[in-house]
Amino acid sequence: MQEDDSEGKNVTAAADLTRDRQKRERETWTKVLASLAETRDKRLFAELFGHFGPRIKAYIIRLGLPAASAEEVTQEAMLSVWRKAHMFNASKASASTWIYTLARNLCIDRMRKEKAVEYELPEDEVDPSPRHDGEHAILEQRMKTALGTLPEAQAQVLFLSYYEGKSHSEIAEQLGIPLGSVKSRLRLAFDKLKTHWEAQ
Amino acid sequence: MMKIRHHFDDATLIAYSSGSLPQGMAVLVGSHLHWCEECRERASQADRIGGELLEAIEPVAMEPDALASIMAMLDEPEPKLRSLSTERLDSARTGLPLPLASMLGKPLDQLEWRRIGYGVQQYDLKLEGPGATRLLRIAPGVSVPHHTHRGNELTLILRGSYSDELGRFCVGDVADVDTEVKHQPIVDTDEECICLIATDAPLKFTGLMGRLAQPFIGL
Repeated sequence: MQEDDSEGKNVTAAADLTRDRQKRERETWTKVLASLAETRDKRLFAELFGHFGPRIKAYIIRLGLPAASAEEVTQEAMLSVWRKAHMFNASKASASTWIYTLARNLCIDRMRKEKAVEYELPEDEVDPSPRHDGEHAILEQRMKTALGTLPEAQAQVLFLSYYEGKSHSEIAEQLGIPLGSVKSRLRLAFDKLKTHWEAQ
Repeated sequence: MMKIRHHFDDATLIAYSSGSLPQGMAVLVGSHLHWCEECRERASQADRIGGELLEAIEPVAMEPDALASIMAMLDEPEPKLRSLSTERLDSARTGLPLPLASMLGKPLDQLEWRRIGYGVQQYDLKLEGPGATRLLRIAPGVSVPHHTHRGNELTLILRGSYSDELGRFCVGDVADVDTEVKHQPIVDTDEECICLIATDAPLKFTGLMGRLAQPFIGL
């Protein structure tokens, strides 16, 4: 009994450590971006590129663009990080949030353009969406942040929204649940995250 | 200064932030955010989810020459796009929120409105994707037929006001409704009401008048 308890504490302590480390890392990237804005130092940009480039590319591939287009959009996104760095406000957003919004906007523009071409082609009715089995467990290991604390059903609707760009109706259809349930899961997840962030 | 009383559902802001809204709904949400600080704040929290998920993603390696080629581009002059200040001018000139102003390119009164029923005119933005995005211009005292929704329907009031089962909606307010809601908006002052409506699926009209109106209105 005694032993179990201390083991539990150790696990919690380890989780706290990981969480602290990840929080520090996020803050570090935010500082790097803020000083890039001030100094225009290309070495700082290269560091940001090394960290965020492969992540943006992964995100864009998951949203459904082919790897070659994802590579191009990632380059565009990182170029706008360089050009817009002076607009970054570290008191309002972290580097990852700010870079996420740049990448998302460019990706949406690109998808709209590619869609316009796609409409003229015969459609292959293949569902390209990857399965999410086990994704939650992996994420829980990878990120000891607020997101890792969400119940699986709530995390899942966030993944489908952010990683696959699925609309509420598409999520409802894919999971076989009513539209209203999709929205209430999203609301619950959002509330939990906000509470978590406010406590930080 | 407008007093905004009706805001977006969190679920809608998450859809906006995750980039999963059809174009018309995204323009509508962006337009309300232009006016509404409270929703802007919540939208930036939704963006934070995106930021954390970006950090958590399994990275995919860039091409070997990616760093070299981007470093070579840093000193290139920026391509001149239509400048933000021009768009700001459009927005100020037309009194419309920036995302809508830059999409329409002219003031509401100069659009080619099409009459679609008694006291109702519409302007279809003709955007790609599921659902529809249109402006409705409704005369005082006129009501839109009773309808429910298959998907989500967002409405942003741009001029005048209306009332329905959910309350009174004035300039800047949004109505954010889905399948659960059945409503019949009626213009409640002697000023016409102009609103932007974006859906992600066709509306369902209910009742005899609704069924008769559907083919004409084509909402």
